[in-house]
Amino acid sequence: MKYITINNRKVPFDDEKNLLTVIRKAGIDLPTFCYHSELSTYGACRLCVVEDNRGRVFASCSEEPRDGMVIYTNTPKLQHHRKMILELLLASHCRDCTTCRKNGVCELQTLAQQLGITSVRFENTKETIPMDDSSNCIVIDPNKCILCGDCVRTCEEIQGIGVLNFAHRGSEMRVMPAFNKCMSETDCVGCGQCRAVCPTGAITIKSNVHEVWNALADKNNRVVVQIAPAVRVAIGDEFGIPKGENSLGKLVAALRRMGFEEIYDTNFAADLTVIEESKEFLERLESGENLPLFTSCCPGWVKFCENKYPEYRKNISTCRSPQQMFGALLKEDGRMNTEDPRKTVVVSIMPCTAKKNEILRPEHFTDGEQDVDYVLTTVEVARMIREAGIDLTQVPSESLDMPFGLASGAGAIFGVTGGVTEAVLRRIVNSNRPEDLETISFMGVRGDDSIKETSIMVGEREVKIAIVNGLASADELLQKMKNGEVYYDFVEVMACKRGCIAGGGQPTPIGPRTKKARMDGIYNIDQASQIKLSSENPFITMLYNGLLKDKEHKLLHNHVEHKCDEC
Amino acid sequence: MQKLENKEMLNQLRDENKERMENSKCRVLICAGTGCLASGSGEIYEKISELIGENPDVEVHFGPEIAHGDGPMEVKKSGCHGFCEMGPLMRIEPLGVLYTKVKLEDCEEIFEKTIKNGEIIDRLIYSQNGVQYPKQEEIPFYKKQTRLVLENCGRIDAEFIGEACAHDGYQAFAKALFEMTPQEVIDEILESNLRGRGGGGFQTGYKWKQVARQEEKIRYVVCNGDEGDPGAFMDRSIMEGDPHKMIEGMMIAAYAVGAQEGYIYVRAEYPLAISRLKQAISDAEEAGLLGDNILGTDFSFHLHINRGAGAFVCGEGSALTASIEGNRGMPRVKPPRTVEKGLFEKPTVLNNVETYANVPMIILKGAQWYKGIGAENSPGTKAFAITGSVKNTGLIEVPMGTTLREVIFDIGGGIKGEAEFKAVQIGGPSGGCLVTPQLDVSLDFDSLKKMGAMIGSGGLVVMDSNTCMVEVARFFMNFTQNESCGKCVPCREGTKRMLEILERIVAGQGKVEDLDLLEELATMITDTALCGLGKSAALPVMSTLKLFRDEYLEHVVDKKCKTGTCTALRRYVIDPEKCKGCSKCARNCPVSAISGQIKEPFTIDSSICIKCGACESACPFGAIGVEN
Repeated sequence: MKYITINNRKVPFDDEKNLLTVIRKAGIDLPTFCYHSELSTYGACRLCVVEDNRGRVFASCSEEPRDGMVIYTNTPKLQHHRKMILELLLASHCRDCTTCRKNGVCELQTLAQQLGITSVRFENTKETIPMDDSSNCIVIDPNKCILCGDCVRTCEEIQGIGVLNFAHRGSEMRVMPAFNKCMSETDCVGCGQCRAVCPTGAITIKSNVHEVWNALADKNNRVVVQIAPAVRVAIGDEFGIPKGENSLGKLVAALRRMGFEEIYDTNFAADLTVIEESKEFLERLESGENLPLFTSCCPGWVKFCENKYPEYRKNISTCRSPQQMFGALLKEDGRMNTEDPRKTVVVSIMPCTAKKNEILRPEHFTDGEQDVDYVLTTVEVARMIREAGIDLTQVPSESLDMPFGLASGAGAIFGVTGGVTEAVLRRIVNSNRPEDLETISFMGVRGDDSIKETSIMVGEREVKIAIVNGLASADELLQKMKNGEVYYDFVEVMACKRGCIAGGGQPTPIGPRTKKARMDGIYNIDQASQIKLSSENPFITMLYNGLLKDKEHKLLHNHVEHKCDEC
Repeated sequence: MQKLENKEMLNQLRDENKERMENSKCRVLICAGTGCLASGSGEIYEKISELIGENPDVEVHFGPEIAHGDGPMEVKKSGCHGFCEMGPLMRIEPLGVLYTKVKLEDCEEIFEKTIKNGEIIDRLIYSQNGVQYPKQEEIPFYKKQTRLVLENCGRIDAEFIGEACAHDGYQAFAKALFEMTPQEVIDEILESNLRGRGGGGFQTGYKWKQVARQEEKIRYVVCNGDEGDPGAFMDRSIMEGDPHKMIEGMMIAAYAVGAQEGYIYVRAEYPLAISRLKQAISDAEEAGLLGDNILGTDFSFHLHINRGAGAFVCGEGSALTASIEGNRGMPRVKPPRTVEKGLFEKPTVLNNVETYANVPMIILKGAQWYKGIGAENSPGTKAFAITGSVKNTGLIEVPMGTTLREVIFDIGGGIKGEAEFKAVQIGGPSGGCLVTPQLDVSLDFDSLKKMGAMIGSGGLVVMDSNTCMVEVARFFMNFTQNESCGKCVPCREGTKRMLEILERIVAGQGKVEDLDLLEELATMITDTALCGLGKSAALPVMSTLKLFRDEYLEHVVDKKCKTGTCTALRRYVIDPEKCKGCSKCARNCPVSAISGQIKEPFTIDSSICIKCGACESACPFGAIGVEN
């Protein structure tokens, strides 16, 4: 066994990739802004410095652990350096903390408190730079940026896009898109992963809170809301509820108190998606056209494909995403209900910033009407709940409204990577026997891997399936497909690593433990639901015979570029 | 040019050119280094070429004691001769005479008198303390130097491969290629203890050894020609004056470590170096010395030039390789080191220009010979760019271990004017200062490190008693702050704040606490910055604070700058003895700070005065001056 002496205590280590990991495993939480285990080591914030027994100071994030090392993590010298670094960061940082979106959850603020910085000896001489709010999904405020580069590396390394990078040098350095473009002019897919890793208020979610409050206050509106699968296991983070716990009932109660009239479950629409997408998949298998079928639930992925692989656009399922299916359905419901003269306003609560962009796409207008009016991310809803003076921990759970409040377990698992595939497989296998369900879940659809592969026999044919999470992995897979190195029939892509539970609109920080808890939370919901198959959701059958009759294509599929005799 | 297919052909090329050069009646070498070009050596070259071109068969009479051949006369553009203070320079062989400060109008006289008749024009030769030095080698500036790396600079036509070959160019490479195994080459360099001339002083042979033992077979040899220190031009002179020597060094490195591709990273501010390197590479390619199957062997090596866009930080190894790759030039954390994963993530030998230029002679003459030159643990010579308040500014080369005193007073000729020596800034913007008690310190890697300074790339800025050390610190901090890449917090934010404080001090707004804050920041930056440049960014401030703390205190407490350098701290006074009360000063003062009665001494109100100095230049009696 190898040992490192940390603060006079012998700590064993194994194959940890850097000293920082060993130190953290020893229970010492060295602060960092720029170190993330999933990203490359950048080594810029210098907060994780340690001192060795010869007085040498170095950053632990980029130091290889060596047997016999003797280090100290909290000497007066280090304390001084850390404080000074933080003081310098604060000096060049917009310090309007009280009005900042990240107030209370800002890592810079927390650390300043933790290290006891009570005054800053330097003036902020930086010129105020205008914010970039051109994107529908995120807002960039360069004045709050501490240049840790987390967003730059996330966009480049995890998402394979690289919209953001550093420009200028020295104290003039800034994070921005190339060529002085604003975000809306770039290939940004709106996934919001940059926002999820940003330690300060430099990248925040584009807010629609104000509009939704106004819509709720308007007597001429019937405001309907849908809640996405991954929201319920994350919103609790904002209120101190244990990580991964299902807070759906509490959320429903809070929303009702805030004035939402009908509260439904996006999981229901996910069930619809499973049915439509399975049908489409089987049809494509039959005809052999446009294979592989790419899933279409994730708007970040759809935009990525359009930007970078337009030749594969036709492979994306024509099914609308669950959010859009639901929006179209609810609006149609509103249009059909002649007794109620009020306007139906559809709000969706999503873990995702890209959904804010999705609702504005031209194909998501039915009969000239926008299917979903507003997207609120989990974080925004939490803010509204607080604004309304509701304590989510205290409010008693309530149930969703019917008929769109009942969903199968298959719909629930849409919130994690592999969930869509698992749900479709359940539909294709069409069995609710526990042993069959278990076989499917162990086929390789679950888990953290960026690219998962599996296959299943459909009739005589072995159907090859890939499940991808993280757009950089999608890029890798598509490149291989293009080069003919791999072949698949069905490919699920989720833009965010581990799926929607780690979406760009979710409460932060989203570390490995949070992800695991949320993932478990989602599978627990499926575990606890009596209905495991989308097709067994009784309201779905009802719907096909009612509101959806002869309108499946109009309401559930995209029509732009889609040539179909029925439309 | 014919492609050289074996060693014999290379030797033939050497011999032919040697013979031609020895056989020429007269060779006129006009310095075409950047400094001399700027003062008109280009026109001088044209003029002399024209004069000789019109008189191709002119008889020359150099006198019986000077032997010369009967071949044609030659006019050559050479690289930097080093004696930049005295440029434009012209050397006439075989007379060995060096003409200094040559003007265009001198050319005809030179042609008529010196070139035709061997007559020396007194006014053009260098003189010091009343002694005239017609021969270049006799001039104290040159006499005390040991020019090994710069041997050919100023002696050969830098744009013609044949002349480099005549001076044993590519002989070392041929020796390595035909007589040594790659391992033997590495062993020889290791044995020579050659240390990197770019600043770090890391053992070159050790770097090569590490690259050679990597599993990855694609390897690169990269030359760092991004000489960014203000006032330093050693590498530029080598690239401009003897590019083949450096290229040969890279080829030997490539052979030793098994690299197939090489890159020379040159800053775009060196257009002449780039054009000479391009010429040298294409000549070497044409001669079959670069490219595939060099000299008929199975060794292939291709060389590329990359131009840096002017960021100082790109002189740092990992930033340099990132820049070649087309990425933002920012240092990265190590490990992995450049020898493991350098350019394009492949094992890379990265040395600077001067280091590579040292390699051929080591291979040719052996490690033992090399170790005989220089200091104990720093063998060889070092080129220095000596600038500032010294009589002979220019480029020099001395054995390691030479003392500062010899460099500044013997070679540099001592301090210009009447002022006294105060300090020398060594090692560029991230170096430290050395003062009189340290004048006898040996110039080598280890001795300087002990003194809190470093050789760096070899910039020597000499400062006299009229220099304000606080202003010097501010100047270097301004440079470092401008050139910080912005990646790590200590360097990006820390240098900015240090500069602000120094600016405050020279503007007369400093406080005593500022000195502590400067030290606090300096220690933090030195301890925690990411790259070498950041870690040494605070060195000029730390070193001046230590050596000249009283000067800092004078600025912050007494609000005085005794050298008068810091404008804001100047106090203009009128000497009542000299003042005639003419009121000219008052009329010239833009802020009406001067008042008085006609024919009575005037006075200046310092609280209004903006220290523009208009009164001083207006006074016809010299009555106004800066108070000391």
